[in-house]
Amino acid sequence: MSVKSYRQALNEAIRQEMERDERVIVMGEDIAGGMGAPGEDDAWGGVLGVTKGLMPQFGRERVLDTPISESAFIGCAAGAAATGLRPVAELMFVDFMGVCFDQIFNQAAKFRYMFGGKAVTPLVIRTMYGAGFRAASQHSQCLYPLFTHIPGLKVALPSNAYEAKGLMTQAIRDDDPVVIFEHKAMYDEEMEVPDEAYGIPFGEANVTREGDDVTMVAFGRMVNLANEVADSLKGSGISCTVVDPRTTSPLDEETILETVSETGRLVVIDEAHPRCNMATDVSALVSQEIFSDLKAPVKMVTAPHCPVPFSPALEDVYIPSTAKIEAAVREVVGKGH
Amino acid sequence: MQLNRDDLKEAYRRMCLIRDFEDKVHDEFAAGNIPGFVHLYAGEEASAVGVCMHLEDRDAIASTHRGHGHCIAKGCDAEGMMSEIYGKKDGLCGGKGGSMHIADLSKGMLGANGIVGGGPPLICGAALTAKTLKTGGVAIAFLGDGASNQGTTLESYNLAKIWNLPAIFVVEDNRYAESTASAWSVAGTQTKRAEGFGMPGTEVDGHDFFAVWEVAREAIERARNGEGPSLIHVKLNRYYGHFEGDAITYKGDGEVDKVKAEQDCLKLFKQRVVETSLLEPDELNEIETSVKSYIDQCAATATNGSSPTEADLMTDVYLSY
Ligand SMILES: Cc1ncc(C[n+]2csc(CCOP(=O)(O)OP(=O)(O)O)c2C)c(N)n1
Ligand SMILES: [Mg+2]
Repeated sequence: MSVKSYRQALNEAIRQEMERDERVIVMGEDIAGGMGAPGEDDAWGGVLGVTKGLMPQFGRERVLDTPISESAFIGCAAGAAATGLRPVAELMFVDFMGVCFDQIFNQAAKFRYMFGGKAVTPLVIRTMYGAGFRAASQHSQCLYPLFTHIPGLKVALPSNAYEAKGLMTQAIRDDDPVVIFEHKAMYDEEMEVPDEAYGIPFGEANVTREGDDVTMVAFGRMVNLANEVADSLKGSGISCTVVDPRTTSPLDEETILETVSETGRLVVIDEAHPRCNMATDVSALVSQEIFSDLKAPVKMVTAPHCPVPFSPALEDVYIPSTAKIEAAVREVVGKGH
Repeated sequence: MQLNRDDLKEAYRRMCLIRDFEDKVHDEFAAGNIPGFVHLYAGEEASAVGVCMHLEDRDAIASTHRGHGHCIAKGCDAEGMMSEIYGKKDGLCGGKGGSMHIADLSKGMLGANGIVGGGPPLICGAALTAKTLKTGGVAIAFLGDGASNQGTTLESYNLAKIWNLPAIFVVEDNRYAESTASAWSVAGTQTKRAEGFGMPGTEVDGHDFFAVWEVAREAIERARNGEGPSLIHVKLNRYYGHFEGDAITYKGDGEVDKVKAEQDCLKLFKQRVVETSLLEPDELNEIETSVKSYIDQCAATATNGSSPTEADLMTDVYLSY
């Protein structure tokens, strides 16, 4: 064990898997950096430094800088995955999926089924998401619901450094296309993380708080906010369960249903827009399966239905806050029997 | 068409405006007064101004993440731009867009763009509008060397050519996309690429305002005359990092200093117009002084402006839930 940042945890997972399996390669824009330039090699290690140090250790043959051609290199990674490599490709910001989504959802995601079970596509796409960086409408979105919608893609949202290392390792070892969503506001968050390699199985939620009054299901960075609210509400005599599903596909329906049955109340917290997101998905699941266990209507806390604004004054009210989450929990707890 | 004294003064004023604007944003960002991602255009002024000196409001441009220079060259209000970059309510986009999304459609400025390669297809659209409505307008995509490798860019070349659109693609090759050298990332050459799509492609020294102005004149004339698209490969250098905060370790020692000393577009312009007696040094100095105080005023306005409030969050949407 040692203290590692979210960034270091991801880096270590990739490095250990590259050491273990020479078929694992990494590619992306400025993933090492300095390609063809006279100055420092490995100048960037990715735009926020996550892959720094991989190129010096594994060489340019396995750490490939790409031109700004997402369709070509994400598709290239899919093709390489289907033919024997295990690529970890970086789509710098998930907002850039618009440039290359065909290669992800029509190609990589479809191979296994469409080819009658004959194809294996061990592709990992790493991508940054989330607001809070003052990065405005085209660099801040939470597009994981779009990926979750597609059969043939697995989608993971690590909520801290421990989760990041385990889910990244699992993703690289997985034989299907996995998209890992890294919240850009979390890279410097630190905690104790094991030094040895370990995987966290997909589809197994983590119950981070256990309580009796209400269940909060939260995704990605929102798990931390939910934990904070749970801790602070203890003082008011409200006891909360917090569920981190870890992966939106596969989704651990069982844990969600069990914990909501126990508390009878549900608040779902999702940084994505309010329509067709993970919050609506979980709400539908609960009302379909355990409606009679509910003591109060389900409550969703999400970002509003507008693009992510630039101005800090606007972005701060855009992002779901602990205050909004707490208000939702209090409302739900105050209702019903 | 020739540049008269007023044109020259206007060109110099716009180039100085861009330089001082960017220097100010650089300082203010370093002081922690500006949030977000900021990409500065300093060093590249002759390209935006050399091209946009030919344009009117009916002509459209699309820009990039490095958009401040294009905005100023196309006539966007610098004070409104500065306020936008500070995230203030009086900003050109109400503080909703920020540095990467400044736009003013009334000036034919279709926006800076956070998506590399986002502009060229839009410019095909603006060119199609001009052609269909017979406005006589042209549409110009500014794009970087990095963006020249994006599929959207190459598809746009093809579309512009087969539809014979009044479109011009200005590839601003500042030798790097982030930390990656264009000498490595671009296969073939920009002008051969143009040739491959059957359109004229010209390489030009982007430190030389007059060279850019002349090449742009020809391309714009062709487009206005219904003779279709062109590509201009502008070779230049950026002075600051890819974004503010970039340590620029990938460049060679003294690389930028050498350009600043020998190829600075403002210095070259000044030298040329003074040596040829087109303008007096006093006239140029006067422009420099007035631009400086105007930029100070822009920053003061932006600093003192008020932020948008929660009530502004859900305006400009047509549906809310
Ligand atoms: C589709 C897309 N991919 C990647 C990025 C990240 N990015 C922003 S600017 C940039 C480099 C652009 O280089 P170039 O086109 O040469 O423009 P310059 O920055 O040199 O002006 C990259 C990779 C992006 N914004 N959009
Ligand atoms: Mg460039």
